[in-house]
Order: sequence, then C-alpha cells, then structure tokens
Amino acid sequence: MVKLVIDGQQVEVEEGLSVLEAAKKIGIEIPTLCYHKALTPYGACRVCTVEIIRKEWSRLSAACTYPVQQGIEVKTNSEKVRKARKLILELLLARCSTVKPIQDLAKKMGVEKIRFPQEDKKCILCGLCVRVCEEVVGASAIGFANRGVERKPTAPFEIQSDACIGCGACAMVCPTGVIKIEDIEDKRKIDRWHTELERAKCKMCGRYFFPQATIDYLKKKGAEKVKNLLELCPDCRRDALIDKLNQVKYESNLVTTT
Amino acid sequence: MNPRVLEKVDRVIDKYNKDRGMLIGILQDIQQECQYLPKEALLRLEDRLRVPLPRIYAVATFYKAFSLRPRGKHLIQVCLGTACHVRGAPRILEEVGRKLSIKAGETTEDFNFTLETVNCLGACALGPLMVVDGKYFGKMTPGKVEKILKGYRNE
Amino acid sequence: MGKIKTLKQLEDFQDSLVKKRDPNKLCITVCGGTGCRAYAWEELIRAFEAEIEKQGLKEKIDIRITGCHGFCERGPLVVTHPQRIFYQQVRASDVAEIISETLLNNKVVERLLYIDPVKNEKAIHEDEVNFYRKQQRLIFGNNGKIDPTDITDYIALGGYTGLGKVLTSMSPEQVIEEIIRSGLRGRGGGGFPTGRKWLYCRQAKGDTKYVICNADEGDPGAYMDRSLLEGNPHSVLEGMIIGAYAIGAGEGYVYVRNEYPLAVKHIKIAIEQAEGYGFLGENILDSGFSFSVKINRGGGAFVCGESTALMVSLEGRVGEPRAKHIHTVESGLWERPTNLNNVETWANVPLIIAKGAEWYSKIGTKESKGTKIFSLVGKINNTGLVEVPMGITLREIIYDIGGGIPGGKKFKAVQTGGPSGGCIPESMLDLPVDFEELTKVGSMMGSGGMIVMDEDTCMVDVAKYFLSFLQDESCGKCTSCREGIKQMLQILTRITQGKGKEGDIELLEELSEVVRDTSLCALGQTAPNPVLTTIRYFRNEYEAHIKDKKCPAKVCRDLITYTIDEEKCTGCMRCLKECPQQAIVGERKKPHRILQEKCIKCGICYESCRFDAVKVE
Repeated sequence: MVKLVIDGQQVEVEEGLSVLEAAKKIGIEIPTLCYHKALTPYGACRVCTVEIIRKEWSRLSAACTYPVQQGIEVKTNSEKVRKARKLILELLLARCSTVKPIQDLAKKMGVEKIRFPQEDKKCILCGLCVRVCEEVVGASAIGFANRGVERKPTAPFEIQSDACIGCGACAMVCPTGVIKIEDIEDKRKIDRWHTELERAKCKMCGRYFFPQATIDYLKKKGAEKVKNLLELCPDCRRDALIDKLNQVKYESNLVTTT
Repeated sequence: MNPRVLEKVDRVIDKYNKDRGMLIGILQDIQQECQYLPKEALLRLEDRLRVPLPRIYAVATFYKAFSLRPRGKHLIQVCLGTACHVRGAPRILEEVGRKLSIKAGETTEDFNFTLETVNCLGACALGPLMVVDGKYFGKMTPGKVEKILKGYRNE
Repeated sequence: MGKIKTLKQLEDFQDSLVKKRDPNKLCITVCGGTGCRAYAWEELIRAFEAEIEKQGLKEKIDIRITGCHGFCERGPLVVTHPQRIFYQQVRASDVAEIISETLLNNKVVERLLYIDPVKNEKAIHEDEVNFYRKQQRLIFGNNGKIDPTDITDYIALGGYTGLGKVLTSMSPEQVIEEIIRSGLRGRGGGGFPTGRKWLYCRQAKGDTKYVICNADEGDPGAYMDRSLLEGNPHSVLEGMIIGAYAIGAGEGYVYVRNEYPLAVKHIKIAIEQAEGYGFLGENILDSGFSFSVKINRGGGAFVCGESTALMVSLEGRVGEPRAKHIHTVESGLWERPTNLNNVETWANVPLIIAKGAEWYSKIGTKESKGTKIFSLVGKINNTGLVEVPMGITLREIIYDIGGGIPGGKKFKAVQTGGPSGGCIPESMLDLPVDFEELTKVGSMMGSGGMIVMDEDTCMVDVAKYFLSFLQDESCGKCTSCREGIKQMLQILTRITQGKGKEGDIELLEELSEVVRDTSLCALGQTAPNPVLTTIRYFRNEYEAHIKDKKCPAKVCRDLITYTIDEEKCTGCMRCLKECPQQAIVGERKKPHRILQEKCIKCGICYESCRFDAVKVE
C-alpha cells in the first residue's frame, strides 16, 4: 500500500494505481479528455495535469500516467495547475473552435477568449478510437498516421480497412462526436474511415441490425455458444432472453414445488 | 499485386528472419529496392510479419526516410541545419524550388527530381550545402543552382 | 590471427604489431571524414594512387585513409609520415609535388601549409596549428592515426587492453565504481552521471539486460558522434563491451541515424572485426562473459534521439516517447533493464579504464569532468570539431581555437544545446564550459553543437528556425507540444513578417511556460528554450520587429528592401539577367533600378553584383 496526500487529504491506495485513480477513490474528480477506465492510460491531452510535490521539488505532470508514490503531495487545483489547464484548453479550443464538448470544458476551465487563430477541426487526437479498437475490440482497424501537426487517426491508405467490423466502439468513445455511424437500410456507413459494411438481417423479424462483419468476428472470438442469439436483432434477442428466463423460472418452480 | 515487388519484399523479410522488431530496417531496405514503399509491400508485411496494417502504416508515415509515393530519378537534398541556415540555406532551397516549380517534399511532374530538406548532414564547414544523388555541393549560392541542376536535367 | 583468448595474447599481439610497423616508412594519410570527402576527395585519392603507381613506389609509400581530424574548414587534410607535415586544402593537382618534394626529399610545399591569419605564421606540424593548440584531443586525437576499417591500427595504439584489464582483473562492481569516481557524465545532452546510471541498471531486476549506443545525433549543426563512429568506431565498441560487462548485459544495439551511411558502414566493419578477434561473442577473453552487438538504423526522426522513443523505435514502432516515471534502466527495451549512453560517453570509457579515474577526474571542473567534443560551426573562421577540457571559456573556443568571426564581422551570439538549448550573448563569453554554468544562463551543454552567429544573424529568425524544426519533428502525441509549438511558431512568423502585435512577447512567454511544464517529453519541455533565451538577451530585436517593423540584421524578407545605389552601379546588366522575377530594369552603362512590387527579396542581385552597388535596408 502507498500513502500519499491529495489536496490536503491523506490517502492510502494499492501500488500501481495512478494519481488520477487514487484521487477518484476519495471523490476528487480531475478533468480528462483522453482517459477511459477500460483502456491503458495514454497521457496525450494533458488536461489532467496536476502538481506533484516530492521532497523539495514540485512539477506538473499528467495524473493519468503518474504512478502513486510513497510520500508525495498532489495538488489537483492549485493556481499553477489551473493556469496550465486553462491554456491547454485554449489551445484545444483554437484547434476545434466549434466542438461543443471542448467549448464547454474550456469555459469550465476559465477560457473566455481565444487568443490564437481559430480552426474548425473536429478531432482532438485523444487516441481513444485507436486504443479501443486495438485493446478492447482487438480488430486494430485504425491507427495514427504521420506525425506532429499532421498526425491523425485513420484507416491505412485512407480506404476501408479489411479489419473493421463496424462495431461502432470508436464512435462510442469519441469525446467530440466526430465519428458518425449511419445505419441506412442494409448498410452501415462510417464516413470517417471511408467504410461501408453490410448489415445482417434478423433471423426472427427480418430487420437489419449489426454489420455481418461484427457477428462473424464475435463468432470467431468464441461466441459460438450464443450463436443463436447473435443472429437476432436487439429487440428479438431481448424477447428470446425473456422467454429463456421464464423457462428457467418455470423449471425451477417445478423443482421447488415437487 | 506486382510479382516483382512481392519477390523483392519477400527477400527482405527473409533476410531479417521475419523479425517484427526490425520493421524499420525492413522498410528501409524495401524503400531502397523499390525507390518508395508500394502499397503491396505493406500488405505483404502485414501478412507475413503478422503485424496489424495500421501499425505498419503508422511507421511508414511517421519516419522521414519513407515515401509512399514514387520518388524522382534524382534526389536533391538541401541541408537546413542550423549552421547552414545561418549561412543562407533557405535561399538555396527557394531557388531550387523556383527552378523546378516544386516545393520541398515534392517530385517534378516528369519524375526527374525529388526535392527534400535534411536537418544537418554533418558537413557544416561546407555550408550552405546541397546534395544531389549523394554528391555534395558545398558553399552554395542561389546563383550556382541552375548550373548544377542542368547537369541532371537532360538525362 | 584467430580469436584472442587471453590478455597476454593481446599484449603480445600488440607488441608484434608495433614492432612490425616501421615508423620511418613513407606514408601518406588522408583524412576520410565526411567533410573532407565532400571536397573532390575521390579524385585526390585516385591521384595519389596513380602517381605512386606511375613512379613505381608502391612498395615504398603507403596510403592510409584515416578518421576525421576535425579541422573541416581546411579539408582535404593530408599528413605525410614520417615528416608529419600537415597539409590543408589539398587538391589532386598537388599530389605529384607532395610525393616528390615532401615524401622523397623531405621538403615542405609551402603553399599547402596552414597560415595563421592573425600572426601570419606557417604551421608545419599539426600541433603547431592554432586550431589544435588549445584543444585536448584525448578522445578524438586518435582519429588521425588510424584507419577506422582496420582493427589492428586500433590495437597497435593500445586498443582493447582496457577491455582485457577489465575482464581479467576487475569485477563488474569495481568497473562501475571506477566510472563513478571518474565523474563521467552523459555526453548526449542530459549530463546524467554515467556510473550511477550503470549502477541502477545493474541493480534492476531481471536477467536479460541491454546496452544501447545512441548514435541518432539529431541536433542540426552537430556531427561529433558521426565523426567518432566513422573515425574510431572501436573506441565506442570497446566502451560498450566494458559497460555491458559492468551492467550484466548480453546484447547491445548501436542505433545510428539514417543519414549517416558511412558511420553505419564503419561500425559494421568494426563489429565484424571485433567478432573475428574474439572481443565480441561468446566467452570473451575466456572470462565467461558473452556479448553481441547489432546495428539498427534510424528512420529519420529527431525525436528518436530521446531514449524512450529510441527504444520503442528499436521495437519496430513509431517513435513516441513515454513519461519517464519508470526509468529505462529498470524497464526499457522490451520492458527490460536498459542502459543507453551517447557515442561520446561510450568512447570515454576505455580511456578512463586505461588511465584511471583519478587521472580523469583531474581534467575539467568540479562538477564536469573530462573533455567535450564540440562542433564549432556557423559564422566562424575555423569550422570543425574541437575537443576541449571542461572549464575552458566560450571566448577561448570561439577566438583562440575558432579564429574568430569571418569577414571582420561582429560576434552576436553562440547557440549551444541544439533546439533544446539557447543563445548566449557576448556579455557571457567568459563563461566556462560546464554543465551547470550553461544551464544557469538558460542554455545547456547539449550534445555539443556550437553555432556561432554574427551581426548579420537575426535572433528572432533563429528562434523561428528552431521552432519550425521542432514542429516538424514533434511526434504530435501531446497537446502541449503539438499545439503549443504551433502557436508559438505562428506568432514568431507574424513578427518576422512585420505583423507583430503589442503583447506578442508576453504571449510567447506564457505559452513557453505551459509547453515547458506540461509536455510529455524533453522535446516539448525544452522547446521554449531558444525562444526564452533570445527574448532574454535580445529583446530589443523582438521590439524592433514588433514596434518599428524593422529587422536590424536585415534578414527578415518582409522587413527589408533591396535597392541599387546609382552612384556605384556601372550598368553591367548582370543583376538584370540573374533576377528570377525580371524585377530589374535598366540599359547598358546606365544605372539600373529594382521594381519593388516585383522584388521577392531573394538576394540574387546582391550576390551577383561585382561593384557592391546593391544595398539592403
């Protein structure tokens, strides 16, 4: 166990936790953009910057990647920290001036005006889409290309990736909402990755739902046991599950009553 | 898929024993053989090295040594290292760009020249420096540019 | 000669080599450094070979291509033996005379000697040349004595006996202790005490450990590592083997920048030869210690000079650095304990083992021991690589060794530490070269690039140049560096275009603070340095650009005008013909005029005028 102080409060947590996680445990919420509890911490957005004081020196660091250390003192909202966060948000807002979540967060950090030329980009390069596709889904259909100011997440060669299963996890984790999933009749379109996939037809009601590729992928990953359920749309699946549960309840009632 | 390209790529992969850690070295050899990185080469690497394509593509677009587009016959590199900069390198770059009607990083339409900038070749005593196909031209002035280019134009 | 198995065998072999070499045999050594190679070098070599062949002297005269001598301004450099006459700026047409006069008749060819511009004295031997007098060439000095592609040259000078001593009579802990006592600090820029780094790596948990030689020398204007690797690769290799033994590493990597093909070639040959002699491989010198080295080339990314980015690049991935909360000596390459050191750091190791920590620690200052190799370039007379003891002043380097500023121009600043460093003004020239002293004034030692600037250099332009470089090289992962540098560069660009605003300097300072304090790696953290030091010492130039819309050094295009002095113009039509925009009008023998609306300030007219009639304001 590691003992440290966060915003004046004593905390004791397991080794291996980050300062961000430790703060959460005592109810201190540090703002983040590129952090997601299901993914390895990345340290790209720098919004979770906090002040770490260790022995005589004090420095700013990203809370999501800083491991808890014995005896450190963390300040999550000192003047130095607020000043840094404000400028970082101002920089992000200058880049993505029309993205509402960024506008809101910037306002919260005290940004009143943007002193830099404004652009209308929609991506903040948080990397959540790339990471969820690689770490949770395991498809690795998209990745970062180029470097520096040209850096961007993309499918290789800017064409539809063979590995994309159309699950939509990338859209779900995207903080700006720039990744859009469009389900139109028998097709699912993800324009940002130049992708168009066939949707599967529900075996029960005949409506289109997931991309066939998602179902194939899940089957490959060992979802054989629930194969039947996979081929049903969410509504029919729910009905089938309720039927099954009722069946189980009926059978167990039989057991108890006899 | 171009069979000749695939042959070259397979040879390189075998030379490096399919070692994923040597991806950059592998790409460098392919770049040298093919003058650029053809798309088929990256697809073949994905297949044989078992590395997801986005990762290979990330490496191919991150490092300056690689080009996904075919390069010109002659490679012109203008050094923009600090010593050369202080001795007037930006003007050399401009003059070359003007004479060839291309910008740094581009290739002429007839695929004769590719113009690139380099950040210090370590021959600072000769600055400003321009290298064409590995041949060093030192103590450059904008006035010397055309004469040198002429030697490579008519080929 | 097969594998050498014992220290005695090595010593005997060394003796035999020395005995075989006749110090009086006629020999021509030609510097093979990249700088000299760029001066019609191939022709020179071929001319020597042809002349020797022609005169039937193949048995009597040897030609040897050596490592870089460092005096790159005066290349190609040729030294004759046994006379030791030092010739500079040698051309193919000089060859016949050198052979017949100097080699065969011991006479000096005066016109090829170095003449000191101030005292007008001729230097006959290398050590008489002013450029070399104040240097202490402990590491670099052997370059000129050896053929880097021949291991026997290195052994004859005592090479690999340090390794022999270590493997036969010192424990790994003793080696580490010796390096700690020497006070050696990293020469790549960080200046971390080398011995301590080795100790931490040795203490780290794990059986598999790695050592890496960082030869990704990315600072523009610095080429010391390149010349060391090209000119004396075995000194680096020997250092690595000793280090690997001390740390307990079985594998090593040399990560060489892609743009250094000759260095790659020479280190490859060196590794092969070292393997052949048994200095690399299994059971080296019968000690039970085994070690092998591989070479990896960089892909063209400055950020890969940063240790965590380098290691991830060695794993075949993109060069994105990671936060160093967990040090690489504990978890580095493939998450195993890894010790990374710079080329020059490794090259210091055999010297310390051979001469002892106590001897070494007497050189330099209290906190900065030993010598440092600098690349002295820019607006300086004697461009080249210099090796000086720590503690020497910047003034001594620039004036005594560097020969001062060419063209009688006034010194303005010296930039050290590359894009992570800063510009030091004239008032601080008496600063001793020392890690802490340079950091105190806002710069840093860095890898050794020392770029001299004069009155014709615009310091705002210099800041802009470095930020432009860093923007290009930033990996782009973190907001602070990527967006922060971008905005700083935009502000600087505006200022150089005459579009600076009141408050720009303050905004630059504000951005600098946040970029410095919140960036993920050292690239971003040190990026503001060139901006902050130029604002600190040359604020007046910034203000001139912003308030007066003027560039005092007459560099920034949008703030200067080219005009023709009618009194001086002879009407020769030269500039008229050269102008790429046809912006000059005039007739023969009548004064010409530049049409300002067409002029793009390329400066070609200024260069082509033979009568000094083009003026820049």
